[in-house]
Amino acid sequence: MIRIPCPFCGPRNSNEFAYKGESKRRPDPATATAEEWRAYLYDHDNPEGWVREGWYHRAGCRRYLKVERHTLTNEVRSAEPAVGA
Amino acid sequence: MRNANGKLNGYRGRKPARYSAFDLVRYGIRHGQWPRVWREHDLSPTYDVVIVGAGIHGLATAYYLAVNHGVGRIAVVDRGYVGGGNSGRNTAIVRSNYLTPEGVRFYDRSLDLYEHLSADLNFNVMFSQRGHLTLAHTDASLRTMAWRAEVNKVEGIDSSVIGPEEIKKLVPYLDTSGRTRYPVLGALYHPPGGTVRHDAVNWGYARGADARGVEIHQSTEVLGIDVVGDKVTGVRTNRGRISTPVVVNCTAGHATLLSDMVGVKMPVITHPLQAAVTEPVKMFLDTVVVSGTLHVYVSQTDRGELVFGASTDPYASYSMRGSLEFTEELAGHILELMPSIGKLRLLRQWSGLCDMTPDFSPIMGTTPVEGFLVDVGWGTYGFKAGPVAGETMAELIATKKTPELIAPFDLARFAEGRLVGEKGAASVGH
Repeated sequence: MIRIPCPFCGPRNSNEFAYKGESKRRPDPATATAEEWRAYLYDHDNPEGWVREGWYHRAGCRRYLKVERHTLTNEVRSAEPAVGA
Repeated sequence: MRNANGKLNGYRGRKPARYSAFDLVRYGIRHGQWPRVWREHDLSPTYDVVIVGAGIHGLATAYYLAVNHGVGRIAVVDRGYVGGGNSGRNTAIVRSNYLTPEGVRFYDRSLDLYEHLSADLNFNVMFSQRGHLTLAHTDASLRTMAWRAEVNKVEGIDSSVIGPEEIKKLVPYLDTSGRTRYPVLGALYHPPGGTVRHDAVNWGYARGADARGVEIHQSTEVLGIDVVGDKVTGVRTNRGRISTPVVVNCTAGHATLLSDMVGVKMPVITHPLQAAVTEPVKMFLDTVVVSGTLHVYVSQTDRGELVFGASTDPYASYSMRGSLEFTEELAGHILELMPSIGKLRLLRQWSGLCDMTPDFSPIMGTTPVEGFLVDVGWGTYGFKAGPVAGETMAELIATKKTPELIAPFDLARFAEGRLVGEKGAASVGH
């Protein structure tokens, strides 16, 4: 079980959230090459360790969060509003 | 028996004889110690091929390299033990009723190899073609089943769509009344599908490879891969450096971590997939039942336990711990299908790692780094592909030519936009 300390709702079970994963900057569709676009679509970091990733509290405050989580232990270190991040 | 690798240091004095009924009686009467199935070796400084990952894929690759191509010095290294990863964590289902012609051909070759595997390996892998049912609960999924059945028939696979009455005959305990939230409208029936004992496949390949001179090194973790220019020159492990021109990544689940060592980017995200077994009961289920809509599949082992699998967990993780959410969801869904097993208790649950690719097809073949080959991206279909993956990867390594069967699954397909959308994979909800 993953417990996410939502800054708006308090600690909540992860099944209230939708996992959004690694956030990547989208290349400009007008200028991006096919390679850049495909790298954006398919290449992922997928590390074993601490990651900063997006979670959406769909059965709660319906806010997007930036969560720091360890992918081997599923320990969550912090969760903050994603707005502006 | 003395082979090219030198002394027999792990067999406890007896050569690894072929198993036979005579041996069974002999060891049974004398309570004798059976010979060890594979040996332990000191790590040599050089090998012709180093395979990372001693699971079904790694061991099968080594086995077919030795048997079909006579490649000499092969090492299979694993940071854990033989079959301790996803090769021993899957739900042991085999089938070939996929959706894409590429997938159907590939998995059907694997099924062919599985059919003769016990005889090939002289090791009973408990192959059981008990039939495989993929249930459809909506009109849309019934249409997909019909589509799959037609693709299968064109490829010569025994596969057809059947209605609730026929399903009820095959699986009397299934609730086909139509009074459920997700009524059973039909199913894709695939008689050649079934189950195989996954541990036996691991051990059989390990034994067969060992008998032909392959060295299996357990508790040997790869710490780094040496690349000079664009060529692999060696592997650094916790037991010393090996110099080798060929490294094969057979670490599905941890595929990214190994590929990162040589700087090859993998379009893979690792998701856990949880499974569970119940206490053993008398045989009542002699087919494999799968529901994509309810994200559950169930089969009964020869010991009588029901084996359940689910869809992948909805987040990326390398954690292999079980979760309560999984058990709750699984119980709810399985009771909707088979209300009569409500009193059964779960014995244990576990989790394996699926390295999911964007198109639900594996990534096999060469990479931009010469000598670094991959056999990864096995998502939820690695076990059933084990033998054919070993056979084709061995051919690729030995002949340096990509076999036609795996040509569609190369790494370059992502950059070139040739994805193989395999919507017949277990993790795809339909």
